[in-house]
Amino acid sequence: MGVDRLRGLLEQAFPDASELAVDDRTGGGDHFQVTVTSPRFDGLPLLEQHRLVNEALAAPLADGTIHELRIKTKGTQ
Amino acid sequence: MNELREQIENVIASEEVALFMKGTPQFVMCGNSMRALEALRRAGAPVTAVDVLPDPRIRQELSAVSSWPTIPQVFVRGELLGGADIVEELAQSGELEQTLTDMLGPDYRGAAAERVVAVT
Repeated sequence: MGVDRLRGLLEQAFPDASELAVDDRTGGGDHFQVTVTSPRFDGLPLLEQHRLVNEALAAPLADGTIHELRIKTKGTQ
Repeated sequence: MNELREQIENVIASEEVALFMKGTPQFVMCGNSMRALEALRRAGAPVTAVDVLPDPRIRQELSAVSSWPTIPQVFVRGELLGGADIVEELAQSGELEQTLTDMLGPDYRGAAAERVVAVT
């Protein structure tokens, strides 16, 4: 449930992602690992790459759905 | 401007490396805070830690200041470096030590030892 919601939000934010994965790390629906590879990250510092992911997931971060989030981003170049 | 936010901004501005975390370096309460702390320790960073758990307003005010939603948050000389994943990635590639050298000088390892400050 949580995984599908996060995946949906990330797909909206990164429609051109070549890799997009959401893993529920503990099975409890609140500790997530997200991995996104997108040309939007090309040339951006890591901080700004993670900011884009945080912005895409702002709602579940704010409402407590996400208790812990791990982010891995990659550009395509 | 409220007093708590002012205190948080002071820590960010005045500490060489500020780590806002869940718990303290002696008693870490969260896996991501531990990952950030250990990456900073391996790089020899002079860490000043702030525990966000004593009052939920600390976290609210911090995120309002930094526009960063999650804990931990690491600042070097007033600039947000990132959360646990970023600090760990930068540590693995060697960029963390380079950034600390660039921003704090080549002798940054000799700076103050790990300490904890409270903002409430």
